[in-house]
Amino acid sequence: MLYPDSFSVSTPSDREIQVTRDFHAPRRLVFDAFTRPDLVRRWLLGPPGWTMPVCEIDLRIGGTYRYVWRKEGEKDMGMGGVFRDIVPSERLVATEQFDDAWYPGEALDTTVFAEDGAITRITITVLYQSREARDTARRSGMEHGMAAGYNRLEEVLSSLEG
Amino acid sequence: MEPSGNAQQAHLDATFAALADSTRRAILARLASGQASVSELAEPFEMTQPAISKHLKVLERAGLISRERDAQRRPSRLVARPLAEASEWLEQYRQFWGASFQRLDGLLDSMTAAASTRKKTRRSGPRKR
Repeated sequence: MLYPDSFSVSTPSDREIQVTRDFHAPRRLVFDAFTRPDLVRRWLLGPPGWTMPVCEIDLRIGGTYRYVWRKEGEKDMGMGGVFRDIVPSERLVATEQFDDAWYPGEALDTTVFAEDGAITRITITVLYQSREARDTARRSGMEHGMAAGYNRLEEVLSSLEG
Repeated sequence: MEPSGNAQQAHLDATFAALADSTRRAILARLASGQASVSELAEPFEMTQPAISKHLKVLERAGLISRERDAQRRPSRLVARPLAEASEWLEQYRQFWGASFQRLDGLLDSMTAAASTRKKTRRSGPRKR
């Protein structure tokens, strides 16, 4: 990884989960990579083995998007939502709902693209309707095939250490 | 909110607050290989025993370690469960996004290279009037 230190996953409030990461590219390109289906399906795949047979994005306010992930031997995982706000190269706000309805109601995803010199920092904030919804999403997410298997304590500690 | 949810939430909050400090993570990593007393912990970290004790208190409140009450050395040992709970779902997010972002690094590199090649071609190409 080029900028491993910049990658963080946190819980800024009891209804949110936040992911940040720096990329060595202009934010216009990073924004494209997040919003063009031909590009999104090349990277938004999680752990090895998953593909994205469905990746549809109607990039306008009120437009919808739909993603389906697939892996041999696993149940398809689908999700989608509606764009609430779009500021090209700067900000995306969209609702998010998984087909499996891991949690009650929709969550709201806000992605901010901030450019600082040669670096673009993206911040993805997922806001759930309640703390209960967030906690359910966490818990049931673990049961899904895409979830990481249980990590041995030593491995977890060494990754925290790193 | 239901009380059990609150309690669980408070528990996770305490766990994450305790894990937010690099010294405390290092202490946990040390304890993963076996129990240790305050003085045994103070030495490798080049910290005073009171400073280490403060960190141990935070870890103990978060339920991440337990300490012998009666023994003279009061050795600390790791309690695995809360750490496993906290790391399971965060780890899942980390794995999904971490793997995806690494792929995105490669994609952005090729997009950047393609953009600069186009620019160069334009610059070195015949001028249009």
